[in-house]
Amino acid sequence: MQDKEILVKAEGLSKKFCKDLKTSLWYGVKDLIANLSSDDRKRTLRDKEFWAVKDINFELRRGECLGLIGHNGAGKSTLLKILNGLIKPDEGKVTIKGKVGALIELGAGFNPILSGRENIYNNGAVLGFSREEIREKIEDIIEFAELSEFIDMPVQNYSSGMKVRLGFAVAAQMQPDVLIIDEVLAVGDLGFVLKCFKTIDRILPNTAIVFVSHSMPMVSRICNQIILMDKGISKFQGKDVAGAIDLYYSQFVTNDSNLVFDDGSLELKEVKVNSMDPSHQIQVHWEDDFKIDLKFRLLNDIPVPDFFLIITDKEQRQVALLKNLNNTNINPSNGILNFSVLHKNIQLSKGIYSISITARSSINKEPIYRQNSIINFQLIHKDEVWEPFLLNSTFTDLSNP
Amino acid sequence: MSELETKIYQRANNHNIPALIRESLTDIWNSRFLSRQLAERDIKAQYRQSYLGIVWAFVSPLMTGAVWIFLNLSGTIQVSDTGIPYPVYAFSGTLIWSILTESINTPGNSTRGARGLISKINFPKEALVVSGIYKMFFNSFLKILMLVLFVFLFGVGFHWSILLLPVAILAALIMGTTIGLFITPISMLYSDVSRIIGMGLGFLMYITPVVYSIPGSGLMRVLMLYNPFTPLIVTTRDLLVGATPQFLTYFLIAFLVCIPLLFIGLVFYRISIPIIVERSN
Repeated sequence: MQDKEILVKAEGLSKKFCKDLKTSLWYGVKDLIANLSSDDRKRTLRDKEFWAVKDINFELRRGECLGLIGHNGAGKSTLLKILNGLIKPDEGKVTIKGKVGALIELGAGFNPILSGRENIYNNGAVLGFSREEIREKIEDIIEFAELSEFIDMPVQNYSSGMKVRLGFAVAAQMQPDVLIIDEVLAVGDLGFVLKCFKTIDRILPNTAIVFVSHSMPMVSRICNQIILMDKGISKFQGKDVAGAIDLYYSQFVTNDSNLVFDDGSLELKEVKVNSMDPSHQIQVHWEDDFKIDLKFRLLNDIPVPDFFLIITDKEQRQVALLKNLNNTNINPSNGILNFSVLHKNIQLSKGIYSISITARSSINKEPIYRQNSIINFQLIHKDEVWEPFLLNSTFTDLSNP
Repeated sequence: MSELETKIYQRANNHNIPALIRESLTDIWNSRFLSRQLAERDIKAQYRQSYLGIVWAFVSPLMTGAVWIFLNLSGTIQVSDTGIPYPVYAFSGTLIWSILTESINTPGNSTRGARGLISKINFPKEALVVSGIYKMFFNSFLKILMLVLFVFLFGVGFHWSILLLPVAILAALIMGTTIGLFITPISMLYSDVSRIIGMGLGFLMYITPVVYSIPGSGLMRVLMLYNPFTPLIVTTRDLLVGATPQFLTYFLIAFLVCIPLLFIGLVFYRISIPIIVERSN
C-alpha cells in the first residue's frame, strides 16, 4: 500500500482574495500587466486583501481519498480550484501526475435547447473525450443515466435530477488518475446517490481523490484522511477521520440562540445540559444519561404552561421531542420555575444537536414562548451514520442456534 | 505503467515565449474536437431557435449598405466617384467591415459566453478562440457568397483576382482575431472596455473607406491613409472587382506584422485566463 506513487503533492499553497470588487478588478489589471513583465517579487497582501487559503501542504497517493471539510468560506473551493489548475496559487506549488478529472459541475457545456444526446457530445468534449470515445460509450451513458426514453428531448425540459444524472453518467466514463469532487453528489434521489458511490468505489483503488463535502456521513464513508480548514488555514490534518469530524462538528457549537416568539410572560434564566451551561462545549457520549436543567421566570400571573423540548440536528431537521409524559406538576417559587428534564440512554447518532423550547398555555394550548437553540451539544460516538438515531440493538443468528 | 503526464501549478511566471506558443498550439491541436463541438453546438442552438436563422448573419451590414445607397441615390449625400457601381462599393464595404468587426469581437464573446465553464472546468481555453473562428468562418462564408452575388448582379463581372478573395478575408480574420485576443482579458474584467470598443468601431468605420472612397485631400485623407483597416478593406474590394490593388504593400506589411502578434496574443490570452477566473466570477 505504502509504495503506491504520490499523485498529488501540495507544498505551501496560499491564495489571496480581495474583499472589494472594484479593487479586485483593478488588481486584476495590474496582475495582467505584471504577468507580462518578469516581476517575480515575493507577493504580500495588498490593501483589502486576505488569505483565502494559507499554507496548505499534503501528499496524496493512488488509492487514497482526502476529505476537505470546513465551514462555508473556509477556503475549500478555492483550494479545489487551485488543484484543478483553474487559478494559480500566489505562493507554493502543486504537482499533479496523470489525468485529472473534476466533478465540480455536472453537465458543463450543456445547451438547454439541444437534445440530451447532443449534449452528451458537448459535455464529453468539455471533459476531454474524443468523438470516437463518446460514440463508443454513448449507449452506456444513456443507460447509466436511466434516460433512454427522453434522450432526444431538449435538455431544458429535463428535471434538475435528470440533468444531474446525465451529467454524472458522462463524467463517470472518465478514467482519471486524480479525481476532484465538490459536493455534487448531494443532489439526486437516493438510488442515484448510491449508484454514484458505487462508481466512486470502483474508481477509488486506481485513483487519488480529493473530496469536498458538508455531508459528514459521505466524508467518513469515502475518505481516509482529512484536512479540516478554517479561514484558509489547516486546523487539523491527518488520518483520524472520526476525530476530524468531531472537531468539525464542535465548530458548530455556538451560543447564538434566537427568540422566535414571546408574549412577555416568560423569561429563560438558565439552561444546563448535564450540569454544564452553554459557555462549555458540551459533549455527551452515546448511551449517556441526558439531563437538561431549566430555570424560567414567570413575568405575568399565568398558570404554569406546558413545556416541550425539541432536538434539532445540524441541518435544522427536528429529530426528537421531549415532553412531560408523566404530567409532573411544576410549581413556581418566588416567580421562578425550576425543573429538569431527564432522558436516559440517549441514542442519537454522532453529530451536533441543538435544543429548542416551546411553551404552550395549559388552558387553551396557545403558544406563549418559543426559543430556538437555547443550548447545543455534541454527541460522541465512533461511527458516523446517516440516520439521526443509532439504536442499541443485538443481532442474533437464528439459523445456527 | 507508462510515464504519467505531470502538471505543475505555481506562481512563477513563465516567460519563455516560444515554449508558451508551443503549449498553446499543442492545446489547440489536442482540443480540435472540443472547439468544433462548441462551434457546432452554438450554431445549431442559434438556428434551432429562429425561423430566419442564417439571414441574421448578414442582414445588419446589408441594411447599413442599403441606407447609404438610398442616401446616395436620393442625392442627400454626394459621395465622390468610386469607380464601380455604388451599390457594389457600399455592400462590399459593409460586408467586409462586418467580417472585421465580428472577428475583433469574437474572442471576447466566446470567452464571455463560457464564463461559467472556465471557472469550473479545466480545459484548453484556446478551444474557445478556435470555436469562435469556426463560427466566423461559417458566417463569413455566407457573406462572401453574398459579395460574389452582388458582383455579378451589378454587372461588374468575373475577374481572376476574385480567387484571391479568401486570402484577403483570411487576413481580415487574422487581424481582427489578433486585436480581439489582446482586448479580451481586460474586457473580461471591465464591461466598459467592450462598450468602448463597440463605440470606437462604429466611429472607425467612418474613417475607413467602407461606404465612401478616400477623398483627394484634407484631414480625412490623412486619417484614412494611416488607418490600418484601410488597406484591408480596399485590397479586398479591389480583388473582388478586379481593380489594381492600391494598397498592396501596406496590406502585406499589416498582414505580416499581424502573424507574430497573433501568437503573442494567444500567449497573452493563455496566461491571462487564470487571473480572469480568479477576479470575475
